[in-house]
Amino acid sequence: MNADPIGVLTGSHYLDGDHSCSEGAIAAGCRFSAGYPITPSTEVVERLASRFPRVGGRFQQFEDELAASIAVLGAVWGGAKAVTVTSGPGFSLMMEHIGLAAITECPVVYINVQRGGPSTGLPTQPAQGDMMQARFGSHGDYRLIALCPNSPQECFDLTLRAFNLAEEYRVPVVVMLDEVVGHMTEKVVIPPADQIEVTPRRYTSKKPGDFKLFEAAEGSLVPEMVKAGDGYRVHVTGLTHDERGYPAMNVVAQDKMVKRQFAKIVENADKIITFEEKNLLGAEAVVVSFGITSRIAEKGMQLAREKGAKVGSFRLITAWPFPEKQIIELSKKVKAFVVPELNMGQMSLEVERLAAGRCRTIPVLHAGGTVHNPEVIAEAILEAVR
Amino acid sequence: MSELRENPVNEYLRLDRLPSIWCPGCGIGTTVNCFTRALTESKLDLDKVAIVSGIGCTGRVAGYMNLDSFHTTHGRAIPFATGLKLANPDLKVVVYSGDGDLSAIGGNHLVHAARRNADLLVVCVNNFTYGMTGGQVTPTTPISAVASTTPYGAYEETFNLPNLMDACGAVYVARWTAFHVRQIAKSMGEGLKKKGFRFIEIIAPCPTLYLRRNKLGDGLDEMKYYKEKSVVKNGADTREVGLDYHDKIVVGKFVDRERPTLEEAMDKRFTDVLGAKYVPYTSPGKQPLA
Ligand SMILES: Cc1ncc(C[n+]2csc(CCOP(=O)(O)OP(=O)(O)O)c2C)c(N)n1
Ligand code: SF4
Ligand SMILES: [Mg+2]
Repeated sequence: MNADPIGVLTGSHYLDGDHSCSEGAIAAGCRFSAGYPITPSTEVVERLASRFPRVGGRFQQFEDELAASIAVLGAVWGGAKAVTVTSGPGFSLMMEHIGLAAITECPVVYINVQRGGPSTGLPTQPAQGDMMQARFGSHGDYRLIALCPNSPQECFDLTLRAFNLAEEYRVPVVVMLDEVVGHMTEKVVIPPADQIEVTPRRYTSKKPGDFKLFEAAEGSLVPEMVKAGDGYRVHVTGLTHDERGYPAMNVVAQDKMVKRQFAKIVENADKIITFEEKNLLGAEAVVVSFGITSRIAEKGMQLAREKGAKVGSFRLITAWPFPEKQIIELSKKVKAFVVPELNMGQMSLEVERLAAGRCRTIPVLHAGGTVHNPEVIAEAILEAVR
Repeated sequence: MSELRENPVNEYLRLDRLPSIWCPGCGIGTTVNCFTRALTESKLDLDKVAIVSGIGCTGRVAGYMNLDSFHTTHGRAIPFATGLKLANPDLKVVVYSGDGDLSAIGGNHLVHAARRNADLLVVCVNNFTYGMTGGQVTPTTPISAVASTTPYGAYEETFNLPNLMDACGAVYVARWTAFHVRQIAKSMGEGLKKKGFRFIEIIAPCPTLYLRRNKLGDGLDEMKYYKEKSVVKNGADTREVGLDYHDKIVVGKFVDRERPTLEEAMDKRFTDVLGAKYVPYTSPGKQPLA
């Protein structure tokens, strides 16, 4: 269905990435947000706090991120599309509820504007050090979706998409910015509402007695939803549960629940995963990058090309699930992957694992605080094609 | 089986989940009986009542109620419930959890929800211990009482929960013991009717851990103690209702006042400041499948 025009700021704007996320959320139909201030993400909820009362939404600042990250889950069961936003330390506090969202298959969006860590680290400076935390940060086995925009425009586009994916797969979706993308201002074009596709909540049409909240819908791996108050009298628990949602603490129930929750992401990976490829034809090296680092890598590739390197680019837009097939295919064709990232080696581990020795993987690591020097990336590319 | 069907509480319970996990003599079930009675008398549309629990023996209450029910994470039932209520204002939202869940790990949420007058009825079953994890000390374990992590007796000052809630601005505060079943049901009924942050503390026996470890007998002995040592003082100054080990228990309705709820305060502020530009929230309805 199309976006509700009341929320959509159609037109060209100069927005920073944080504010653009807010607009993406509103366009997606998000009408509830809970938050707790933390640099460099606060602008997202500040804008929602200002915009929501004019578009029929509700923002609530809570006492901490533990509260904010579960208030959004309550709001989803109350029928709203909901988002919370944080950075670094706040993301750590939210982990328990990302797990709760995963096990209860709650369609919700978390936004993390990454800053330098560990701990309080570099509150105002960028990093990409939470990529593995986004994937594995909550205890136990689960799969979620993570997207990584590299511009304010993509902050709009991918926040919108995050809501759509959350509804499609009944899964928490994390939008992983970094401080530079969050704070850089660029042109953002917001289309007319009737050109914005919004995925509505997949409410069941079954009657209360016939409906099971955790039974995959026919021909799908994803169960349908209900809204509290509609007469379904559902039970939702963070314990391992059966298809009715009743606690079922045994090996069989655990196996069934965890495996279907994995499968709904893994088996739909081709539909979920997006990426951007450039200049791959005849490339000897491929730069795999994401977020702000992909913008810097452009310059690095240009410098390397000037020195004769045949280099192409593969930009991750979906971080999780990871584009495994694409990396495997590329690994058969090139001499090396060059993986610049603002951390001490996270996505490069995935690339290396998938390359499985068929080609080299050259991580270009940076502890964060600023972006890479493009010359360093260029040098790595030149080494890769040598 | 026919006996089960005739029991008036059955309509409120998920019978296919019984028997419950609770030990014989545990006070939690007693409070649930009272809650079902309060629901009957309230004549509320049960489709519009949601129950939210944290984690613990009391945290299992949500799972046994035949309502929209949410068993969340340890300590976080209140913020979940706040989000649920803000997103679907048609609901009556009840939080049902233990002393440890609500006042230890969830203490921050408890005080802030009372301060902001979140529209929730909070039922706190206080058994002076962490039942689910084997009887450790909680913020309400009386000084000198033995718990598994205070094997030589507790020595920290305890929370006087009614006083804490009163000070934070709760609009309704009551305390009863599991002996006072009629009064509990009545208080719960009043709580279900009222708007704003309502808090009911119920002192209840945990025979398996707290009573046994303190050599206080069984559930029945504890009921005798509640009967003999509790003093009804409606409207009591909440500063005077703190509890000491195995001593007098002041019970009653201590606070009943009016204050704008979180939603009302929000609405008023936006209406005053934004005027016609304010678009009040409406809970998104169920759309047909695309
Ligand atoms: C984050 C977290 N920490 C600890 C626990 C372990 N835990 C489960 S229940 C519980 C105590 C519950 O005590 P209370 O709220 O008083 O409920 P009761 O069992 O006494 O009814 C604890 C510590 C947990 N589940 N989650
Ligand atoms: S351990 Fe205590 S609180 Fe838990 S069910 Fe048994 S008696 Fe009740
Ligand atoms: Mg307890």
